[in-house]
Amino acid sequence: MSLLLLAQDAGLPGGADTGLGEGIAFWILGPVALAGALGMVFARNAVHSALCLAGTMLSLGLLYMAQGALFLGFVQIIVYTGAVMMLFLFVLMLVGRDSSDSVVEVLRGQRAAALLFGVGLAVLLVAAVGRAFTDVTPVGLDAGGANWNGNVPGIGRLIFTKYLFAFELTSALLITAALGAMVLAYAQTRAHAKRSQRETVEARLRGEHARISPLPGPGVFATANSVAVPALLPDGSIAPESLSEIIDRTDVQPAPVPSPDDAHALTGRPHNDSDRSGHDASAPHSVRGSRPAPDQNGTYADAVEGADR
Amino acid sequence: MSTTYYLLLSALLFSIGAVGVLVRRNAIVVFMCVELMLNAVNLSLVTFARINGALDGQVMAFFVMVVAAAEVVVGLAIIMSIFRTRRTASIDDANLLKY
Repeated sequence: MSLLLLAQDAGLPGGADTGLGEGIAFWILGPVALAGALGMVFARNAVHSALCLAGTMLSLGLLYMAQGALFLGFVQIIVYTGAVMMLFLFVLMLVGRDSSDSVVEVLRGQRAAALLFGVGLAVLLVAAVGRAFTDVTPVGLDAGGANWNGNVPGIGRLIFTKYLFAFELTSALLITAALGAMVLAYAQTRAHAKRSQRETVEARLRGEHARISPLPGPGVFATANSVAVPALLPDGSIAPESLSEIIDRTDVQPAPVPSPDDAHALTGRPHNDSDRSGHDASAPHSVRGSRPAPDQNGTYADAVEGADR
Repeated sequence: MSTTYYLLLSALLFSIGAVGVLVRRNAIVVFMCVELMLNAVNLSLVTFARINGALDGQVMAFFVMVVAAAEVVVGLAIIMSIFRTRRTASIDDANLLKY
């Protein structure tokens, strides 16, 4: 960021003249971008390639900002290095980062020809650009009022007036791309297809499950349909499948029945000391210990009936 | 320095990207090289906007970015589906469109 500050010291970014600060920024960021591009092409590991490309895109975004394209610079950093490169890395991890290049040349001499082509293209482009743009004095974005009121309002004004139709078309393009990605990336395997109800029933009858019927729900044949009540079999015994294996079984405690002469018991608060001395002996409905111990079967339902009452 | 250096840098980046598309065999790396070429063109568009004193070049670069994002999404989905059926990401093995 100090490079950007330097660039702003030497004049507004994107101005007609390139100041000293912008020169320094370019001669640092340009080689970084070139090195990143070369590293991306020549790195064996695909993850290294992706990281090199991220560095290149980052320095390109800073170069956009140095040229006055502040909006594009930030979009470059956010969209490219933030979203697109991370998408590339995700896919690399999914595909397997060991899937590096095969060294086998399918077409003989293709690599040398490609390198020759690349060098030729670079020489042609550099020569053409260098000869064609010798005496160009840039107008600068501030001079013609293009960056009027800032870069973002200028771009917004253009997008929503002159390029409105193209902008609307990009929305259709983005929707199509999202739909296409969903269709293409959808796993069309039969292994995860959902079984229909009929197929489930037939699989049960064929004996693929331990039992034909589903597990009994709570409260089947019992006197209440609470989840706390175990299911009862037709002979009155508890169905063991209806008991949860995770939740501990706790015995049902009957609610305390207050003695009619003690109004404090209705509030649920503990008794005072003076009251307790008179009531301890005369507590025939005291709950603790009066509860019958549960038997093997059937007593649970009785206890729950007592609680429901 | 003049703004021509930006154009030279853009030309060099484009050439490197083109060489990468031709040389590399991993489909994802080929895709990244295409992205590098698009970025090089964006740099020259931004420079042209500055030279001409109009923002049209920047708007064009913006549209290139939108199209590139859509292209990345669809292309990576295609690579994923090819990888799922072929268990490979090499473009030499994807010589049939089906199966």
